[in-house]
Amino acid sequence: MSASCSSLGVQPWERDLHAEPEMAMDADSLDLALDEHIYFSREASSGGQGFAGGGCGCN
Amino acid sequence: MQLKRKLTGALSLASCSLLGLPSAQAETPWDVETTIMYYGGEDGRVSALEPILRMKKEIHDDEFLTLKFTLDSLTGASATGAVPSDQPQTFSTPSGNSTYNVAPNETPLDPTFLDTRGQFTLGWDKPIERNLRRNLGFNVSKEYDFTSISGNASWTWDTNLKNTSYTLGGNIELDSIDPVGGAPLPLSSQNNTPILRDGDSKTKNVIDLLAGVTQIIDRSSLVQFNLSLSLADGYLTDPYKLVSRVDSTTGQPTDQIYENRPGSRQKIALFTRYKKQFGNRDIFNISYRFMVDDWGIDSNTIDANYRWRLDNGYYIQPGIRLYDQTAADFYRYFLLDTDTIPDNLTADYRLGELTSQTIGIKFGYSGSKNSTWSVRLERYMQSGESHPDVAVGQLINQDLYPDVDATIIQFSYGFQW
Repeated sequence: MSASCSSLGVQPWERDLHAEPEMAMDADSLDLALDEHIYFSREASSGGQGFAGGGCGCN
Repeated sequence: MQLKRKLTGALSLASCSLLGLPSAQAETPWDVETTIMYYGGEDGRVSALEPILRMKKEIHDDEFLTLKFTLDSLTGASATGAVPSDQPQTFSTPSGNSTYNVAPNETPLDPTFLDTRGQFTLGWDKPIERNLRRNLGFNVSKEYDFTSISGNASWTWDTNLKNTSYTLGGNIELDSIDPVGGAPLPLSSQNNTPILRDGDSKTKNVIDLLAGVTQIIDRSSLVQFNLSLSLADGYLTDPYKLVSRVDSTTGQPTDQIYENRPGSRQKIALFTRYKKQFGNRDIFNISYRFMVDDWGIDSNTIDANYRWRLDNGYYIQPGIRLYDQTAADFYRYFLLDTDTIPDNLTADYRLGELTSQTIGIKFGYSGSKNSTWSVRLERYMQSGESHPDVAVGQLINQDLYPDVDATIIQFSYGFQW
């Protein structure tokens, strides 16, 4: 993985776009938290992105 | 203004003292995000109002503290799992102290459903070496019949000029379930007077493990892969859900029994996300998750949105989510009265075979860190097999898997404090 990944990427001075908050993997984190709660209480799957934290009874 | 300064200073000092940290940067502002979501279920189903306040602050060089407060107020009726009938039906409330009636050809819904949940989350993200970060989290959540406490820790190691990041983490969750009236005896009849109980309080524990890698591909795109494992152990049954036993010829319900789920569940999920920023600064974001568990459920989730950036910091973001899952091995629409009752059994629609689609659009402004806002409108549509081949008698004409549709509206506002 490291070997294949080493050919990818950018130099430090090429990070302007990645520095934007919208490009973060956890951008819109409150939207993600609300979505996770909705789908956790309506479907049988959850998680995958991180630790949702604080399950609910969700009847 | 002076009061605000005193309050922010006091809050910073308190949080730094709590973590044993220097308060050198007590003047750094808090990034505050607020949001309120309304989830409106149709046909009398559950509706929810959920406000969230999140505050994040750099408490030391590249070291962040995050506080999150969530409230969740639920009203409406919840499907019990019992089948509809062409005759009126009467059910006990969860407490067993009263009854409610369900009209002919109506899906049985428990109308006594009402709950408020409060949740507090604390996160502490700290660099511990030049290329290594540690994130600690704590969470407590309380509602009328459910209490949850969890703690998590994860480490992220940056390498390859910080183009590649590996994450490893774990979460432990301890839950206490205190069903209204006590936990019903699994697989016992609701017609017993009084309802047979199996204790007042139940517990369950969940351990989550996650390993992930994030890779910057080029100047405008990156990709993430996560592999996660979830091990739940304890009381995983829903104490309010029923399974109908029906006459094998007429399809008329002859009894309602309480469901029973296995005492453990193992889930494995593979999650991947890709983000790409185009030359016009629009951003495409897509994720896919495959999940499989030892209850026989497989699921696929695709979630995508496109942030169309307008002039002056405004944006429009349409999105779509597609989901499907197979049924749990122990899911039944109902049980014939000639069938032997299996050890594990549920008619909870959430464990049945289903598909769902969510379409939505978000409009917002992110031109200034001091004032961001957005409005999100979504439509959730879930469906399953309404007329399965197993239906007998009057059930052939009933909708045994009603659609679950909901409208979601969300307002968000962010500022610095």
